[in-house]
Amino acid sequence: MTATNAEARFESVPAVRQGLADVKYLADEGIAGVVYLADRLQKPVLVEGPAGTGKTELAKSVAQLTGSRLIRLQCYEGLDESKALYEWNYKKQLLRIQVERNDEDNATWTEIEEDIFAEPFLLTRPLLEAIRATDPVVLLIDEVDRVEVETEALLLEVLSDYQVSIPELGTVRATQVPLVFLTSNNTRELSEALKRRCLYLHLDYPDLEREKEIILARVPDITDSLADQIARVVRSIRQLELKKAPSVSETLDWARTLLLLGAKEIDEAQATETLHILLKYQSDIEKAAKELSAAAS
Amino acid sequence: MTTTSPMLDVLEGFIQELRTAGLPVSLTENLDAMEAVQHIPMEDREAFKYALAATLVKSHSHWKAFETVFEVYFSLRRPAPGESLDELDEGDGNVRFDESGSAAGGAMDSLSPEELAEMLYRALLNADEATMQALARQAVTRFAGMEPGRPVGGTYYLYRTLRNLDLDGVLERLMDTSREQAGGELTSLEERLETDEYQDRIAKLRQEIEAEIRRRLVADRGPEAMARTLRKPLPEDVDFMHASRDEMAMLRRTIQPLARKLAVRLARKRRHGRKGPLDFRNTMRHSLSYGGVPAEPKFRYPRPAKPEIMVVADISGSVAAFARFTLMFVYAISSQFSKVRAFVFIDGIDEVTRFFEGTEDVNQAVHRVNTEADVIWVDGHSDYGHAFQVFWEKFASEVGPKTSVILLGDARNNYHSSQAWIVKELRQRARHVYWLNPEPRSYWDTGDSIVSEYGVHCDGVFECRNLRQLERFVEQLG
Ligand SMILES: Nc1ncnc2c1ncn2[C@@H]1O[C@H](COP(=O)(O)OP(=O)(O)OP(=O)(O)O)[C@@H](O)[C@H]1O
Ligand SMILES: [Mg+2]
Repeated sequence: MTATNAEARFESVPAVRQGLADVKYLADEGIAGVVYLADRLQKPVLVEGPAGTGKTELAKSVAQLTGSRLIRLQCYEGLDESKALYEWNYKKQLLRIQVERNDEDNATWTEIEEDIFAEPFLLTRPLLEAIRATDPVVLLIDEVDRVEVETEALLLEVLSDYQVSIPELGTVRATQVPLVFLTSNNTRELSEALKRRCLYLHLDYPDLEREKEIILARVPDITDSLADQIARVVRSIRQLELKKAPSVSETLDWARTLLLLGAKEIDEAQATETLHILLKYQSDIEKAAKELSAAAS
Repeated sequence: MTTTSPMLDVLEGFIQELRTAGLPVSLTENLDAMEAVQHIPMEDREAFKYALAATLVKSHSHWKAFETVFEVYFSLRRPAPGESLDELDEGDGNVRFDESGSAAGGAMDSLSPEELAEMLYRALLNADEATMQALARQAVTRFAGMEPGRPVGGTYYLYRTLRNLDLDGVLERLMDTSREQAGGELTSLEERLETDEYQDRIAKLRQEIEAEIRRRLVADRGPEAMARTLRKPLPEDVDFMHASRDEMAMLRRTIQPLARKLAVRLARKRRHGRKGPLDFRNTMRHSLSYGGVPAEPKFRYPRPAKPEIMVVADISGSVAAFARFTLMFVYAISSQFSKVRAFVFIDGIDEVTRFFEGTEDVNQAVHRVNTEADVIWVDGHSDYGHAFQVFWEKFASEVGPKTSVILLGDARNNYHSSQAWIVKELRQRARHVYWLNPEPRSYWDTGDSIVSEYGVHCDGVFECRNLRQLERFVEQLG
């Protein structure tokens, strides 16, 4: 490892869990364990799992918990070096060339080149920014499965050596190892090379207790008993064979809606009428409505 | 790092077993795991387990396999109240096979069967986990009838234990209690939520019992032998033709996410496929920002048309499951094709496209295919020749240059005439004709299998025994 080893950020696994809870992110021991390990092993974490299970939020919450700046690289198809790492500001470079040309004592090309491939002409993009940061940062590479396999290669140097090579300038090394989170919705298999460099965390739907705690933490003014009931209904619905199971964010939307409607507790009619907030496919809504109003088997 | 620590020895065997089970663990990952265990003590069970998984398992579909091996190698039991870890572990980290003398077991040994049943009911009613654990142990001691060295699997002991606990009866009683507490009746929503809650508690108890049996078996046989008996194929390698009921259910659940992934990949491939010829105008337009130098060549992207698919599937006996999964899979990504039509046959053939139209529920449609399709002509034994003949007469005119025809089956034709010329003719008309065979390649053309007679007229014949192979095939279709 090239970067210097800074102080460990976390004292223990329970400390991570408590710290996350303090910023309203409810983790289980497994999640907390992986975050703790990421710091100790100085390795990035690849977080995979269904939509809306708190992957992005985990990175944000860790940033908040450690008092770090969050640097986010949002991935998309066609993302390239110039948007992920750095880019030369060629407009500014052209201008500079013009100026130097008009100068009386003509500069040689080598001199010009040295001039324009220097710091002031460099546009820093998220990966380089995270490497060069001197303040504490958390780097979030969000939805990495959206970039093409070939583009993944851009990330490898950053993820394993915490450095960026810029041919014209040399290698920029991190002075501190940032915490790095990559998220993926698993729309494609990521390369072996990328996975090898990361710790892997699969975020699934939370269990009943944790989901209830999430609702209580994220929906102000909700009562304990309503939160409990919501979590229970959601658990039942997730057991059905659906095209798309409700995510945590959908649970929260549903909780907010029910609260707005002034519900004290959930009855069948209300549940059925608001199912479209929880479920996105018509066939799922129908199936769930039928199951909830039919007596249990 | 000391290499002599007992933990690292266990870890070595553990990782060896993961590899044997098919997980691709690289050297780096092995080293990471060794480092990870220095930071998280084994007593923090969940964190420890996740730490190992984080370094060793990089695909969620391998989680179950990991968990099984983990349980075998690190089957440390949580202490019951009043029991310390040391008492449990006797120094070597193992549970004794016969526990009748142990402290926690002893307290329950004297209970009558009725008292034990009552205790179980109370524990489940109050979600009293500590008592449930102790009960699980007691139940195994009392009912499983485990004897050292006996060559029986864990499922046998589990069955014997559960049979004696009558958990269905307990559930009834729990529900009755809930109804009473609610003043006689529950709404159907409440019924459902209560049932789900109790079933969840019962499932936990069951897991506890399974774990206890496993721990004792490991104590008796050692982890290597135990892991060997528990080894199962990874989901992507489960053989369609020999899948158990549980594996079938697991495959059904795997298909949707797999199909979603594949659909995204195919759509992307179409958009960003091979680079086409240079787009001169676009290149010049962009060159303006480089002072007229065409520094950034732009290409035209061809947009290949979506293919049209016709699936023709044998749904008789042993290949039925394979046909089912293939149909599910193809329909799950049907948005990637301009049209999908499905035909099923045994000795007669029927178009079943109608079952899939106007519904999002592929499972349901496949169920209707199985129960409603008209596929018997004479005796309900596969007759590829006759089925193809009818297909040719009725539908050949609809096969065109955009159609990919996919024939599914083991080509076991019961010695009927093959009518292979039809496949040849189809290939003339269609864009492609493929054959997918769910049998291992070594069985092809043995007995009454005549796959090569058809195969010579196809663009490709593929062995398609599991999801891994099916996915690979469908990917190259799009
Ligand atoms: N463990 C949790 N604690 C608190 N809130 C959570 C937790 N998990 C999810 N949430 C809530 O769910 C919302 C959605 O989470 P997030 O955006 O992180 O999902 P995601 O997994 O990144 O989804 P996507 O794959 O769609 O990007 C968050 O804004 C947060 O409010
Ligand atoms: Mg996200």
